[in-house]
Amino acid sequence: MEEPFVKTEIRKDENIVYKRTNLLVDRPLSYCPGCGHGVVHRMLMETLQEMDIQDKTIGVSPVGCSVLAYDFMNIDMLGAAHGRAPALATAIKRLWPHKFVFTYQGDGDLAAIGTAETIHACNRGENFTIIFINNGIYGMTGGQMAPTTLPGMRSSTSPYGRDVQTMGHPLKITELIANLPGVYYVTRQAVHTPNHVRKTKKAIRKALEQQKENKGIAFIEVVSNCNSGWKMTPVQSNKWMEENMFPFYPLGDIKVDGKLVEKKETVVKE
Amino acid sequence: MAKIKGDILVNVERCKGCEVCIAACPSSTIAMSKEVNGKGYHFAMKVNNDCTGCMNCAIVCPDGVITVFRGKVE
Ligand SMILES: Cc1ncc(C[n+]2csc(CCOP(=O)(O)OP(=O)(O)O)c2C)c(N)n1
Ligand code: SF4
Ligand code: SF4
Ligand code: SF4
Ligand SMILES: [Mg+2]
Repeated sequence: MEEPFVKTEIRKDENIVYKRTNLLVDRPLSYCPGCGHGVVHRMLMETLQEMDIQDKTIGVSPVGCSVLAYDFMNIDMLGAAHGRAPALATAIKRLWPHKFVFTYQGDGDLAAIGTAETIHACNRGENFTIIFINNGIYGMTGGQMAPTTLPGMRSSTSPYGRDVQTMGHPLKITELIANLPGVYYVTRQAVHTPNHVRKTKKAIRKALEQQKENKGIAFIEVVSNCNSGWKMTPVQSNKWMEENMFPFYPLGDIKVDGKLVEKKETVVKE
Repeated sequence: MAKIKGDILVNVERCKGCEVCIAACPSSTIAMSKEVNGKGYHFAMKVNNDCTGCMNCAIVCPDGVITVFRGKVE
C-alpha cells in the first residue's frame, strides 16, 4: 500500500526522537490490544537503559498475563510461583546486594495468593522494587473477581457486580503496606495518557535509584486497564478507569523518603 | 524560514489497532486504516501533515510500534 503523508525530508535516522528501546526483545508482546502491561514494560526497560544497568538488573516475573515478561525484557529474570515473587526477590537481593532487583506483579498475584509474601517482604524492609499492575481483575484466567475488584464491578465470577456484603471489600493493599516501617517509597500511577506514562517512568527511576541507598522497599502501583476482562474497547476501558478506578484508587505519592504523604488525594474514601 | 516538523513511522505488522494513540495526538494526525494487517488488525496511519513530533502517540502506544522523527524543513 502507498503510504500517504510521508515527510521524506524528515524521516531520516538523524531525526529520530523516539524509538522502541532495544531492551525490549524484538518480538510482538503477548498482551491484548491496548493493554497497559506493554507500556509499563517499555518504561521499565527505558529506565534501565538510561541508568545503564541492563547487566546489573534481575527481574522476577509473576503468574498472570505478564508471566512471559522474561520473554520481552532483555535482562536476567526468574519466574516465580504464583504470588511468590517477593520471596524470590528477597533471596536474589540478599545474595547479590549490588544488583538492582524488581518484581513485576498483577493484583491477583500480589494482593490475593501472594498477600503474605508481599506484606512480609515489605515489613522486613527488603531492598528491592515492586511494580504492581492493578487492573482490578484476574486478567489471564478470564476476568474473575480479584481482591481489588471495585464494589459493584462486574467480573466473570461477580456477574451482577461485586456485592461487598457477601464478597467482601476491595483491598487497598498499597495503602496498607505504606504503613509498614520497612517501606520507603510508595506511589500510585497510571499509563493511559502520555503525561501519566512520563510520571510512571519518573517513579520507576526514583525507585531504582533508591535501591543504591538500601532504605527499604519501593512500591509502585500502576492502575491499569484490562479491556478484555472488563469487556470494553481499549479507549472505553481507559475512560472507565478514570471514572471508576481513580476515585477509589487515587493517583499520587503515598509515602516518600520513608514518610507518609499528608494529602487529601490519598484520603481513603469508600 | 525553517520550521520544525514531525513525522511518524508505524510498524504496521506489529500495530494491534487499539486506537489509544489517536486520543493522544494533539494534531489529529492518526486514524485507523481501512485495510488490515497480517493479524487482521486495522492499523494506525497518518491522515495529515500536521505532526509536530511531540512523541505522545509513541509514548502511550502499548506495543511500542511508533517511531517519531523531528526535523527542520525550509
Ligand atoms: C497456584 C496457582 N493458583 C492459581 C493459578 C491460576 N491463575 C493464573 S493467573 C491468575 C490470576 C492473575 O491475575 P493478576 O495477578 O491480577 O494478573 P493479570 O493477568 O490481571 O495481569 C490465576 C488465579 C495458578 N496459575 N497457580
Ligand atoms: S487479559 Fe487484560 S491484563 Fe491480560 S493482556 Fe488482556 S487486557 Fe491485558
Ligand atoms: S508525534 Fe505527536 S503530533 Fe505526531 S502523530 Fe504522534 S502524537 Fe501526533
Ligand atoms: S497505540 Fe500503537 S498499537 Fe495501538 S493503534 Fe496506535 S500504533 Fe497501533
Ligand atoms: Mg490483574
